Amino acid sequence: MRELLYRHALCEALDEELARDENVVIMGEEVAQYNGAYKVTEGLWDKWGNKRVVDTPISEAGFIGMGVGASMLGIRPVMELMFWSFHSVAFDQLVNNAGCIRYMAGGLINVPIVVRGPANGGTSVGATHSHCPEGLFAAFPGLKVCAPATPADAKGLMKAAIRDNDPVFVMENTKLYGTRGPVPDPAEGEHLVPLGRADIKREGSDITLIAHGRSVLHALEAAGTLASDHSISAEVVDLRSIRPLDQEAIINSVIKTSRAVLVDESKPFNGVSSQIAALIQEHAFDHLDAPVKRVCSIDAPSIYSPHIEDEQLPNARRVVEQVLTIA
Amino acid sequence: MQEPPAERPFAVMDFSSSPVNRSLTAQDKIEFYRSMVRIRRFEHLALGQYQKNRMGGFLHLYIGQESVAVGAVSLTGDHDHIITAYRDHGHALAVGMSMEECMAELFGKATGCSKGKGGSMHFFAPDKNFWGGHGIVAGQTPLGLGLGYGLKYKGLPGCALCFLGDGAINQGAFHEALNLASLFEIPVVYIIENNGYSMGTSQMRSSAYRDCLAQRGEAYNMAWDLINGEDLYEVRAKTHIAMERARKEHQPSLLEIQTYRYYGHSVADANTDKYRTPEEIERYKTYHDPIRLWKRRLIEEGVMTAEDAKAHEKEATRETAAAIKFAENSPAPTVEAILQDVYCEVDENSEAGNTGRHFFND
Repeated sequence: MRELLYRHALCEALDEELARDENVVIMGEEVAQYNGAYKVTEGLWDKWGNKRVVDTPISEAGFIGMGVGASMLGIRPVMELMFWSFHSVAFDQLVNNAGCIRYMAGGLINVPIVVRGPANGGTSVGATHSHCPEGLFAAFPGLKVCAPATPADAKGLMKAAIRDNDPVFVMENTKLYGTRGPVPDPAEGEHLVPLGRADIKREGSDITLIAHGRSVLHALEAAGTLASDHSISAEVVDLRSIRPLDQEAIINSVIKTSRAVLVDESKPFNGVSSQIAALIQEHAFDHLDAPVKRVCSIDAPSIYSPHIEDEQLPNARRVVEQVLTIA
Repeated sequence: MQEPPAERPFAVMDFSSSPVNRSLTAQDKIEFYRSMVRIRRFEHLALGQYQKNRMGGFLHLYIGQESVAVGAVSLTGDHDHIITAYRDHGHALAVGMSMEECMAELFGKATGCSKGKGGSMHFFAPDKNFWGGHGIVAGQTPLGLGLGYGLKYKGLPGCALCFLGDGAINQGAFHEALNLASLFEIPVVYIIENNGYSMGTSQMRSSAYRDCLAQRGEAYNMAWDLINGEDLYEVRAKTHIAMERARKEHQPSLLEIQTYRYYGHSVADANTDKYRTPEEIERYKTYHDPIRLWKRRLIEEGVMTAEDAKAHEKEATRETAAAIKFAENSPAPTVEAILQDVYCEVDENSEAGNTGRHFFND
């Protein structure tokens, strides 16, 4: 299969959806003439022009709210937050307007928007630019959240998100934009990854590692080490979608292995893994041979220092260490 | 009610002969009267129900400001859209929502316009181009921009009317919206309904300005105007100019319509008589009440008699009483309904709505 960079897989998804539906419009800071702060939208403005690919001022509350308003009339804005960390200045628009309008209108209004951008630490940009708000937004009914780990999932989830009639927040990762992986060729048909379906990225029998986003790569690396150095067979479940959530995949894997370590770049308090842990104890309690363990970012604002930043985040070594406490 | 003295301290120009008013028929003018009276009766009687604990939450009354919603909405056509803040009953009735669905929403009933899920601050009627009803001060101002954006994107010949209170002009989202509206040439008309108070804080104590609030539009290279809200003719004449600029030139405007609310910020406003004097409220009721002035005008013009006016008031009272009965007799939403209308895909039972877990209750 051909291989694409994660950012190019996203760009291909946007390009295909721009071609498919004339109501799709890309907007955000530097997405057009600058070709995207992280080059995700590279070439789209050249190809599609001012109407379909729109540079906005640095005005997140303004342009996110504008997109929400336009979506009520049937436009399908795909809005880039240069960093998901900037959600804080648009929070009212993201939560009260995108997330609650349909409900408060008794179902009479749809808000088919996508908000996308990177949501990760690990790039030495300090606490303000390193937030991982996937758990935060998944906590609001009315919103959907996904976090692809691979180029193929990035493309497939982005296309599904744009076609979804509810607001979908796609959490990408600056550390993944330059990663490469197989992505099905468009000539072989549409590549869609539905929201709400997890993916077993590695089969195993002794322990389940549950992760999303870049943490999936750490889990896979750890699974390799566990197999080679400790003869432990780890299964890696990539959630891909946080809300809706593939609970069945999680519970089935835990029933199979009887042990689980959750790998989650969120901070531990009310991170995505908090919800997963609650579900496992509720639905697989009798199958567990050990407590559910978590590897999250160390519970402090994200540190700048490049010397130790990676140690604050989940990494393969920390995952292996945590697995060895229960397996 | 004794007629007020024939002095009009604010209005100095006569807008009755402006083009958009010259074409009005007697029937149109009477309809404006009827519309304003319906809003006022609806709210007066809703207040009584509120005081009997028939509804929860807040009740932000529009009484005193009726000419703004009725005047502006009277100018709208098929492609014009309306959005406002939480003081939304007047706009809702002006766009043609029924008293029944509005009263039932206040009562939290399943027959309410939002099925009892929105309440007083969150009325919606997308079929009438009415997009709410929004609870967070200025939160609707980027949405109104988006309505205009959508119209322009689709090449439709309409505009968005985005109403806000004078308190909303100090929120960041409003300034972001103004900048974008001007920068992107969006067909939106922002209408500040300046009733003088952001909750209990007067305009002087909450906003920095030189001459008037709408003047802030200059900072965004946006045309602005100041309107005497007590005069329905003036509201229509000046708002129409702004709407035409939006529709035909894709130029946004910022209008400030001076008006007044007789009741508190909400019915729960315990200090409503403390941050302003009873004399001030009385002065507005006597000299500046838009319904009173419109009635006098129509009687002067000979299009309506005092008896006609009384008949309309009576009819509005009867209609509101029927709406209250409807709301009383309507069922509450079911507990099952709590989980409906959250996700479109779930409600439509689509493949996406059936993939993965959407709710996490047990």
